[in-house]
Amino acid sequence: MYNKGTIIPGLIIFVLLITFPLWFNAFSKASTAPKIELPPGGQKECVKPAAEMRAQHMVLLNEWRDDVLRNGNRVAVTAGGKEYRKGLQTACMACHTNKEKFCDSCHTYTSVKPYCWDCHLTPSVAAAKKETN
Amino acid sequence: MDMQRRNFLKIAGVTALAGISAPVVVNLTSSALASSDQGQTAVAHPAPSGAHGEDAPQGVRLGLLIDMRKLYGHPELLDKATAACHKVHNVPKIDNKKSEIKWIWKTPFANAFTDQSNNHASKTARENDFLVLCNHCDEPPCVRVCPTKATFKDKKTGIVAMDYHRCIGCRFCMMGCPYGARSFNWMDPQPFIKELNPNFPARMRGVVEKCNFCGERLVLGKEPACVEALKEVGAIVFGDLNDPQSEIRRILDKEHTIQRQAALGTKPSVFYIV
Amino acid sequence: MIEKALKGNSNYWMWLAFLSAFIAVGGICYLRQFLYGMHLTGMGRDLSWGLYISQFTFLVGVAAGGLMLVLPYYIHNYKAFGRITILGEFLAIASIVMCLMFIMADIGQPLRGLNMILHPTPNSMLFWDMVVLLGYLGLNVICGWVILTAERKQVKPPKWVYFFVYLSLPFAVSIHTVTAMLYCGLPGRHFWLSAITAPRFLASAFAAGPALIVIACLVMKRIAHFDAGQEAIKKLTTIIMYAALINAFFVGLEFFVGWYSNIPGHKHSLEYLFFGLEHHGHVYNNLVPFMWTSVFFCFGGLALFGYMKIKDAFNDAWVGIGCLMIFIALWLDKGLGFVMGGLVVNPLDEIVEYYPTANEIGITLGIWATGFFLVTVLYKIAIKVEHEVEG
Repeated sequence: MYNKGTIIPGLIIFVLLITFPLWFNAFSKASTAPKIELPPGGQKECVKPAAEMRAQHMVLLNEWRDDVLRNGNRVAVTAGGKEYRKGLQTACMACHTNKEKFCDSCHTYTSVKPYCWDCHLTPSVAAAKKETN
Repeated sequence: MDMQRRNFLKIAGVTALAGISAPVVVNLTSSALASSDQGQTAVAHPAPSGAHGEDAPQGVRLGLLIDMRKLYGHPELLDKATAACHKVHNVPKIDNKKSEIKWIWKTPFANAFTDQSNNHASKTARENDFLVLCNHCDEPPCVRVCPTKATFKDKKTGIVAMDYHRCIGCRFCMMGCPYGARSFNWMDPQPFIKELNPNFPARMRGVVEKCNFCGERLVLGKEPACVEALKEVGAIVFGDLNDPQSEIRRILDKEHTIQRQAALGTKPSVFYIV
Repeated sequence: MIEKALKGNSNYWMWLAFLSAFIAVGGICYLRQFLYGMHLTGMGRDLSWGLYISQFTFLVGVAAGGLMLVLPYYIHNYKAFGRITILGEFLAIASIVMCLMFIMADIGQPLRGLNMILHPTPNSMLFWDMVVLLGYLGLNVICGWVILTAERKQVKPPKWVYFFVYLSLPFAVSIHTVTAMLYCGLPGRHFWLSAITAPRFLASAFAAGPALIVIACLVMKRIAHFDAGQEAIKKLTTIIMYAALINAFFVGLEFFVGWYSNIPGHKHSLEYLFFGLEHHGHVYNNLVPFMWTSVFFCFGGLALFGYMKIKDAFNDAWVGIGCLMIFIALWLDKGLGFVMGGLVVNPLDEIVEYYPTANEIGITLGIWATGFFLVTVLYKIAIKVEHEVEG
C-alpha cells in the first residue's frame, strides 16, 4: 500500500470522528428522563388522553391554529367539565402554568426547539411584564 | 351595552359557533349546490347577482364607521383608541419612525385622504388628525400578492387576517397595501411591549402585522378595542355591512361618508364621516 | 469537468481569494442580520424594500440578457456567437444564483422559505417569479452543461437538449416579465403602475447582460487567451446600442406621461430621482447625482459606440469603456433608482429617503462577489474546454 503512514492514521481519525456521538455518550453521565407531574391547579383531565397528547400535541396545536385563525372555528373545548378557548395560551397554559416544567423538561431532553414562545407568552412572562409596569 | 348588540356581535365575530352561523353556511353551500345542479341538468339558471359588477352581499362583511365629527378637537381620544388597541394586541412601542409598528394611529387629513386634499381645505380638516387603520378591503391587494396565503380574507366575516405562523416576511403585502396599514417586525418586538396581555400572543421578528378587527374579542361578544375605547362619544360604529338592519348600515344610508383611496377599487370596509 | 476550475495561475487564485474576502465579510454581515434582525438594514416601515430587492431586480435582467446570445445562435444560426453562447448561459446561472441569494437575504423568516412551495399561491406574482427563476436556472444548467460536455467530446450535442434550449428562450423573457409584474400590478404605487415596466425591464436587460459579457470577453482576451472574435463583439455592441436606446426611449415615455398628464403621483418619483422633490420646504434629492450619472453614462456609451460604427473603428479599450458605461448606467437606473424612486413617497404621502447601512452593503457586496466567483469558475471551465478542443 502506498502512503501507509498517512492513510492509516487518517482512517483512524475519520472513524473516531464519525463515532464521536457514541463514545461521547458512553463516557458522559447518562441523562435522566424527565419526571412527569400533574399540573398544579388540580385539574386531572386534559382535552385528549394523556398518551395522545404526549405523542401528538403539535398535531392538535396546528389544528387549533388553523381552526382559530383560518377556519373561523373558535368553538371552545372542554376538559373535566371546564371550557377552554382553543389556543396555547388560553387552553394549555391555563392548567400547565409552568412552562419550564411542562414544556422545557421534555423538549430539552429530546433536544427539540419549538418556536412557539417567540410569539406566545408564558404565564410567567406575561405576569412579569404586568408587575414591573 | 344592550343585549341586541351583544348578540349581533356574537353572530358576526363568532361565525364560528356553528349553530349560529348556520345562515352563512347555508348561503355558501346552497350556492354551491345550485351550481352543481346546473352542471347536471344543463338548465340555464339566471346568473347569480355579482356576475355583472354589482356587489353581491353574501354572508357577513364586517365594517367600521368613524364619525370624525365626534372627535374633532379631541386628539386625546384618538390616542386613547390607539392605546387601547395596541395594549390588547401586545403591539410594541418603538420610538423610531423607521421600525415602528402601528395598527391604528392618527394622521393629518392630507395624509389620510391623499386624493381628497386641496389647497383650500377647511379649518377642521387642516387642524385635526384622523384615525387610520387597515381597511379590511373587499378586494384586498395584500391578499392578492401574498405568496404563502399568510394573509387572507376570512370568508365568514370579511376580515383580512394574518397567520403569523406562516408569514415568511417578504413584505410584498406592504408593497401592495395602498394605505400603509401594515408594519414589519424589524426586530424582536417583545422588549418593546410595556404591558403584556396574557390572552393574546405577541409577534416575532421577521413577520408583518396589522389590525385584525379584534377577531379574538368578537368571539367573546366584545366590541373591537377602538370602538370600546371611544364608547363615551360613540365615535366608531362597528357592524355587518351586508345586513340592512345593522346600525352601521342605518347610518351609512343616512349620512354622507367617504373612504380612503376609493378610486383604487379595493372596496374598503372602513368609512368616515368628516 | 469541474476539475478544470482547480488549475490556474496565481492571478486566477489571487482573484478568487480577493472575491472570497468579500464573500466572508458578506457572510459575517448576513449572520449578524440573521441573529439580530432586519433592523440592521436601512429599510423601514415606509421603505420596506431596499438594496436587496433592487439588486435582485437588476440581476434578473442580467440573467435574461443571455437571451441576446442564445437567440441569434440557435434560432438565426448566427455562427459568430458560437464561442460565446455558453458564456451567456453561464452568466445566467450565476445571476440567478445571486437573485435567489438576494431574496433569501431579504425575507424576514428565511427558514420558512419553503412555505412558498408548501402553500403555493397562484395569485401571487412572487410565486410565479420563483417558478420561472428556478425553471430558468434548471434550463441553463442543463443546456450549458450538456452542450459544453458535447463540445469537449467533440460530438454533436444530443437532440433532446435542443428542446430545453428552445424552451429557455421564452423562459428568459418570462423571468423579467414576471419580475416586472411584481411591481406593475400594485395599486397605489404610481411609479411602478405602468404597463411599460416589463418592456422597459427587458430592454435594459438586453443591454446590461450582453454589456457584461463583452466586458468579460475583453478581460479574458487579455488574461486567458480567449478571443471571442471581432465580429461577435461588434454584433453585441449593436445589440447593446439598440436595447439601451429603447430603454432610454421608454424612460422618456414615462416622463411624458407624468408631465403632460400632470398627475402628481406619476411625477413624484421621477421628480425625486432627477430633480429633487420638494415637500414642506425640504428638497429630497439623494439620488439626483446618481440618476444624472446614469443619463450621461448611457448617452456617453451610446455616443462612443455610434462614433465607432460611423468611423468603422474598432478598439478593445473603447468597446470596454462603452460597455462599462452602459452597464453602470443601467445598474443605476434599475438597480438603484427604480425601487428606491418608487418607494420614496409612501401611501400616506410622506417622504422617506433610504440610507443603506454598512451591514446591508456588506451583504450586498458579498452576494455580488459570490456571483463573480461563480462566473469566474464557470468561465474558466468553458474556456479550458474550448482551448482543449482547439488544441
